[in-house]
Amino acid sequence: MPANEFNGFTDYGIGIGLRATHYDHILTRKPVVDWFEIISENFMVDGGRPLHILDQILEQYKVVQHGVSMYFGSAEKPNREHLRRLKELVKRTKTPWVSDHLCWGSVDGRYTHDLLPMPYTFEAAKITAQKVREVRDFLEVPVAVENVSSYAEFHVSEMSEWEFLNEVVERADCGILLDVNNIYVSSQNHNFDPMTYVNSVPAERVAQIHIAGHSKYRKYILDTHDHPVIDPVWKLYERAIHRAGHTATLLEWDDSIPSFKEVHDEALKANKFLASSVLATAV
Amino acid sequence: MKLRELQRTMARAVMQPLTASERMQVKAPDGRAMRSYAARFIKPNDRLTSFERLEIYNRQYWFRLLSSMTEDFPGVRSVLGEKRFDAMCKAYLMDCPSRSFTLRNLGSKLESWLRAHAKWAGAKQQLVLDIARLEWADIEAFDAAALPALRTEDIAGAAGGGLRLQLQPYVQLLSFHYPVDDLLLAMRKEDEDKDFASNAFEERRKRKRVQAVAKLKPEAIFLVVHRIDNSVYFRRIEAEEFAVLTVLRQGKTLEKAINAAFRKSSIPLGERAASVQQWFQNWATLGWFCRPQKAQSPS
Repeated sequence: MPANEFNGFTDYGIGIGLRATHYDHILTRKPVVDWFEIISENFMVDGGRPLHILDQILEQYKVVQHGVSMYFGSAEKPNREHLRRLKELVKRTKTPWVSDHLCWGSVDGRYTHDLLPMPYTFEAAKITAQKVREVRDFLEVPVAVENVSSYAEFHVSEMSEWEFLNEVVERADCGILLDVNNIYVSSQNHNFDPMTYVNSVPAERVAQIHIAGHSKYRKYILDTHDHPVIDPVWKLYERAIHRAGHTATLLEWDDSIPSFKEVHDEALKANKFLASSVLATAV
Repeated sequence: MKLRELQRTMARAVMQPLTASERMQVKAPDGRAMRSYAARFIKPNDRLTSFERLEIYNRQYWFRLLSSMTEDFPGVRSVLGEKRFDAMCKAYLMDCPSRSFTLRNLGSKLESWLRAHAKWAGAKQQLVLDIARLEWADIEAFDAAALPALRTEDIAGAAGGGLRLQLQPYVQLLSFHYPVDDLLLAMRKEDEDKDFASNAFEERRKRKRVQAVAKLKPEAIFLVVHRIDNSVYFRRIEAEEFAVLTVLRQGKTLEKAINAAFRKSSIPLGERAASVQQWFQNWATLGWFCRPQKAQSPS
């Protein structure tokens, strides 16, 4: 099940997030990396160094676009300027799929620049799915929605988070970017079994998987992407791979970023689980 | 509660300023107690109250936006001082919340807002306005479009004085009351060295910076913020050069641009032709002109 319609029938391996602190290393040493994930918004500009760097990366590497501000769950229409710029970038990178978060972050044209949690209601699922469809139809590439980490839950919710995710992706007929670290963080913050979440996701829709580290505070866990992946998250990853098969996997490391080698080595730990999934398929 | 109503309710609380100790305010945007405001739509859990859960988002909002402003306007921050800068940014962001999908545009209205809210610019208002404008121009020049450069054949056969030339979109033309280019470059140099500095050195650096700002005398300068090989540079130009480039950017003819340049010029008549030739040679070498992209507007 590695290649599916939600990741453009690709079979990508293990990638890492492209971050400015690693540009020099990547462009001079040209390390072997399966693929890079870029934050779309960082390159939705008209020119200059960002696009110059991106073009050099594109000459040698496969790139997948990941967004942080489409806000599929916001009650307002997609921003046309955002969509126009995003489509321009899609043409440039030839990304096989585009991902963004299952969250909201803007209201009445004002942006919080945060990934705010959804109320898990049928109304919200319907609105969100409609927006995912609009974005996919405009961009003309598959779209995958990512589950976010959250710190709050709403009284109005009518279902669990995984039921909401399923409701949205079925209605939108879109892919899932399954972030197993986010599942872990939210499970600790909201007292649910993360394995139930992983087991409830429609495996055939998983286009990509995110792994990352986080920060533990006294009363909650914050999704900071500034640490290695912890064992319980690897366990969720192992289960996700067991269910979804050999899936494009991406390590996020966004703060206190160590050397390129350290980040890449951490990502490559996923190989152990990917290899066993290949064996399982073979036998 | 419907989706839009819930999002408005939460956004109002999230975007409300923090207290001086960086906590969520006890009073909600509607004047009620924040505890009951939060409890209306957010569930508590066994470790956190509704208030505490909402506060996580409230704090993240302000930390993220203030961090972005600090990154984009280090010069303004240096002149105002850290506390005054943070207070100013909070006031600015309350009046001008982000209306863009990207944080890049967060400071786009800062200079005009500071002009209209002079008290936030402190005693050296003009200096702060100048630095804010320069720092925003730096952002614009960094990632604005670069169009194909003008070639000789693009202007071959064009009538001399009637010629219209287009500037690259990344070329920013600015006039200032203070030599803020030198100030900003000196600050950046100091910041580059900061990583290797001791605490004592850091204190001396701060004092030195305050003294440098206090001593800075007004001086009218004309500046082009531009790019070479995707790096942003500041280049000072003469008033006459500034006038030519400004008129050309307006889409007017070369003849009108040159007439405007020398209207109040002190450059002797006999030296003007050579000056113009030299300027255009420099600008062409720097790649500031681009090929005509669309029909020119009439002058």
